Amino acid sequence: MTQVATPPAGTPEQEPPGPPPGHVRLTIDGVQVDAPKGELVIRAAERIGTAIPRFCDHPLLDPVGACRQCLVEVEMGGRKMPKPQAACTQTVADGMVVNTQLSSPVAEQAQRSNLEFLLLNHPLDCPICDKGGECPLQNQTLANGPSASRLRDPKRVFTKPIPVSTQILLDRERCVLCQRCTRFSAQIAGDRFIDLLERGSAQQIGINRTEPFQSYFSGNTIQICPVGALTSAAYRFRARPFDLVSTPTTCEHCASGCSLRTDSRAGGITRRLAADDPQVNEEWNCDKGRFAFTYLRQGDRLTQPLVRNADGMLRPASWTDAMAAAARGLLQARDAGGVGVLPGGRVSVTDAYAYAKFARVALRSNDIDFRVRDTPVLDNGAEEAGFLARRVVGRGPGRGGVTHQELEHAPAVLLVGFEPEDESPIVFLRLRKAVRSRGLAVFAVGALATRGLEKLDGTLLPATPGTEPAVLAGLTREGTADTGLGEAAAAARNRLGAALRSAGAVLLVGERAAAVPGLLTAVETLADATGARIGWVPRRAGDRGALEVGAFPTLLPGGRPVTDAAARAEVEAAWGVPVPETPGRDTGGILAAVRDGDLSGLVIGGVDPADLPDPGAALTAVTAASFVVSLEIRASAVTELADVVLPVAAAPEKPGAFMNWEGRMRPFAAVLPEVGRLDEGRVLDTLGVEMDVDLYTQTPAAAAGELGRLGGWPAERTAAAIDPAGPVRSGPPESHGLTPHDKVLTSWRPLLDGGRMTDGEPALAGTARPEVVRLSAASAQALGVVDGAPVTVRGPGGGLTLPVAVTEPMRTDAVWLPARVGGRPLSAWIGTSAGHAVRVMAGAGIGREAR
Amino acid sequence: MSESEPGLPERVPDDWAGQPVPAGPPEPATAPVPGTPLASPSNSPLDPVKGFGVTFRTMFKPVVTEDYPRNPRPPASRYHGRHQLNRHPDGLEKCVGCELCAWACPADAIFVEGADNTEEARFSPGERYAKNYQINYLRCIGCGLCIEACPTRSLTMTNEYELADDERQRLIWTKDMLLAPLADGMEQPPHPMRLGDEQDYYANGPDFLRDLETRQAGGAR
Repeated sequence: MTQVATPPAGTPEQEPPGPPPGHVRLTIDGVQVDAPKGELVIRAAERIGTAIPRFCDHPLLDPVGACRQCLVEVEMGGRKMPKPQAACTQTVADGMVVNTQLSSPVAEQAQRSNLEFLLLNHPLDCPICDKGGECPLQNQTLANGPSASRLRDPKRVFTKPIPVSTQILLDRERCVLCQRCTRFSAQIAGDRFIDLLERGSAQQIGINRTEPFQSYFSGNTIQICPVGALTSAAYRFRARPFDLVSTPTTCEHCASGCSLRTDSRAGGITRRLAADDPQVNEEWNCDKGRFAFTYLRQGDRLTQPLVRNADGMLRPASWTDAMAAAARGLLQARDAGGVGVLPGGRVSVTDAYAYAKFARVALRSNDIDFRVRDTPVLDNGAEEAGFLARRVVGRGPGRGGVTHQELEHAPAVLLVGFEPEDESPIVFLRLRKAVRSRGLAVFAVGALATRGLEKLDGTLLPATPGTEPAVLAGLTREGTADTGLGEAAAAARNRLGAALRSAGAVLLVGERAAAVPGLLTAVETLADATGARIGWVPRRAGDRGALEVGAFPTLLPGGRPVTDAAARAEVEAAWGVPVPETPGRDTGGILAAVRDGDLSGLVIGGVDPADLPDPGAALTAVTAASFVVSLEIRASAVTELADVVLPVAAAPEKPGAFMNWEGRMRPFAAVLPEVGRLDEGRVLDTLGVEMDVDLYTQTPAAAAGELGRLGGWPAERTAAAIDPAGPVRSGPPESHGLTPHDKVLTSWRPLLDGGRMTDGEPALAGTARPEVVRLSAASAQALGVVDGAPVTVRGPGGGLTLPVAVTEPMRTDAVWLPARVGGRPLSAWIGTSAGHAVRVMAGAGIGREAR
Repeated sequence: MSESEPGLPERVPDDWAGQPVPAGPPEPATAPVPGTPLASPSNSPLDPVKGFGVTFRTMFKPVVTEDYPRNPRPPASRYHGRHQLNRHPDGLEKCVGCELCAWACPADAIFVEGADNTEEARFSPGERYAKNYQINYLRCIGCGLCIEACPTRSLTMTNEYELADDERQRLIWTKDMLLAPLADGMEQPPHPMRLGDEQDYYANGPDFLRDLETRQAGGAR
């Protein structure tokens, strides 16, 4: 946006300078405006403060001129255009004279008549319409519309409402055919499930009867609908705008950190909307962020502390008693062998800091790890820890980190172990925007081309799970001779190799990449060889912040290496206590040490054992621990086994901040401060006092203040202090020696898979993608199955039968499954996880059946 | 308030301009000077009993006070008394839970929560009904803006004005207390629409009302 050049009054003798280069000069309502070439008249008018009424126009969608509400009078070269023009499709031109409704009776009459036309068939059901009170059509009718209808005939009537998906209801009578929803679905989300049907007065929005509106982004169409045609099933008739208290918040579901507006009424959240943040989520968010907030009010919310009594039963206790019991037990466990801390990845930055400080100061140990995922952390996490320390920690916008906006301007992006649509949907939207507007080239290393990759017009570099490092290594080479790649794949590889060398190219690495030995090292090598930059995208909202504030076995707050004496000295000076100098254990190491008796206690935050590679082993470890303190919002498998359970606040009940994958702080206010739940920083601070140490994390503000005083640590010094990537565990990939029916499993968690944070929202669950087994066409043919036929995948722990979805392109030696089926992790079904060999059989095999 | 109702004593208008009051005995020309004794020796010996004259005169006039609560007077027919949520002739609620009354209320006395009518449980014609409806009579100022705002003539005001209580909780009236009683031919919701589809309820409302009145008149005869 350029500055408005309103002509300064005075100095008539001075000739005004011409418009700046690339700009044109036009007159709107008698005001001279310099506008960049190609700008729309409606935007140029906005900049001088003239709001031209509109329904179909949206700054992030392509212009369409469908509603005809923005008609203005336009004059070019002294001649008026014969009819009023739509300001939302008319681009500016030099010497153009525009007269809006403010200065032209013709434009004013045209807009007034158009409003009357739009209202012809619009029902008078504002009292029962969810948009009532925040409806652009209602507002404009009140401001400029006719007070009475001249229509004497009956209005057009449709059956209403019809569900276009489980969470979106369509009321066709109210629709003014502005096509915002269809344009959003086609242009932004790429899910063209909703479109215009029929002609003339029967024209309407509709879906293919066999294909409901199963988009992860469909909720945005409710928000941008300028009338009440698309409404939310979850918010239906819940409240009026004047009932609601709006709080600016940040989404707690993934690492994108979308800005949201959370509306609450009478102590409960009624809905969440995407807020406008051009640097992160623009004006969009995903359906999970929009609809998944009902987990707060599930019946298993913990409301008061629980302490295990002498009979081994968990009983409600006062905070005082619970704190005393927890402190006593933790002190004993600390002296008996040590206590490990697993804060989980859902923590806010300050809460993670409280965990990190609690582990070092109260428990005198570096045994703390935020990482919770269903793939094992390999080799004591050395490869990943080194990668995170060298490439991730301490970086952010302006500090060498990749940002959403830089993704938009990148020439090429390579996705490694990362499926953006499922794992960070706003990254997906940004990539898609860049693909559409700037021709960004997207590449993915993986076993199959997903629908998300197709929507990004992306290119798959096929790799059997486990062989990705070799594919990345091959990118720095040219030619086709030395690999077994086909012609097309080799061409794609060469194209990518060249693209990655151009300035601004990005490697987006998901947390799953750590599961493949050598892959993160290969990413680093590739980045160093090509100059491409690295963005690390974890799954959970708190992961990045937890890494930054030292909830990690080898790093202290600010990315200070535990092994660096100078870094430790800085932290010791700030905390006033010695900091243990031996690096701690990672998540797997902590659980194994507890199981083997090397550690005797555990402090566990929001960790669901089902999210770990071996839930059974994790629960065994929790059982084996002599003392367990659990800080949870809802009863879980861990709280059942804990000795002291401390109820804590969920994200909407406390203020705080997340750090998103970019390294950007995403602060949020408490939506429901009145419920009076304590955040983890406060609980741990009090627990610390009981254990005779001071954490100074009583409030998020206090903790943030201390973090600020502690400051950062130069990323280069972190990188220098960490050993260069050591010997990488390399063995033959699982694909060696497979029979044709043995395949390597590849898997990740879809956005909607029945996780605990989507509980209590059946409308949202209804838009989850169907659970399928993905096989290549050749594999399906070899098995003799067609699309939709049942296929059984057998692992060491059992079998799982799901319908097959034939996917191309896909490696023939790979099979894909969602990482959770029927609300249970894959390990519970087949006893193994991604990266391992499984057997695939046609038909419903012997074993447990899904569903 | 210059006009007086019959039976009420003539009220003496406020004498703003210092004009002599037309009715009543003439006042002494000079106002008593502060400090001088009111009972001057020139007063008549009948003065002590003169006051009883007023008493005797009033005894033969109609009483001004009301015999409340034994014999309460009916207020004017448009008196703003407590609210009522009306019903359609088949017993379905007219309230659609639109919250316009709550929106209009200057005292924030009304709380409404809408919900979805389903085929199994229908409380009003159309899609929406009021799941929760409360009026807080501690706050209500009886202005009647809510009934003006009501798009379905569901909310009206009755002439009932006995709204005092000694407990705050009881002054929050809930939907079951505000709903009009079931008249003849009405059926306790939830039940399906008995009088046609949603349009019929609004388009043919006056006819339904006439039918209902005829029926009630017939029933009473």
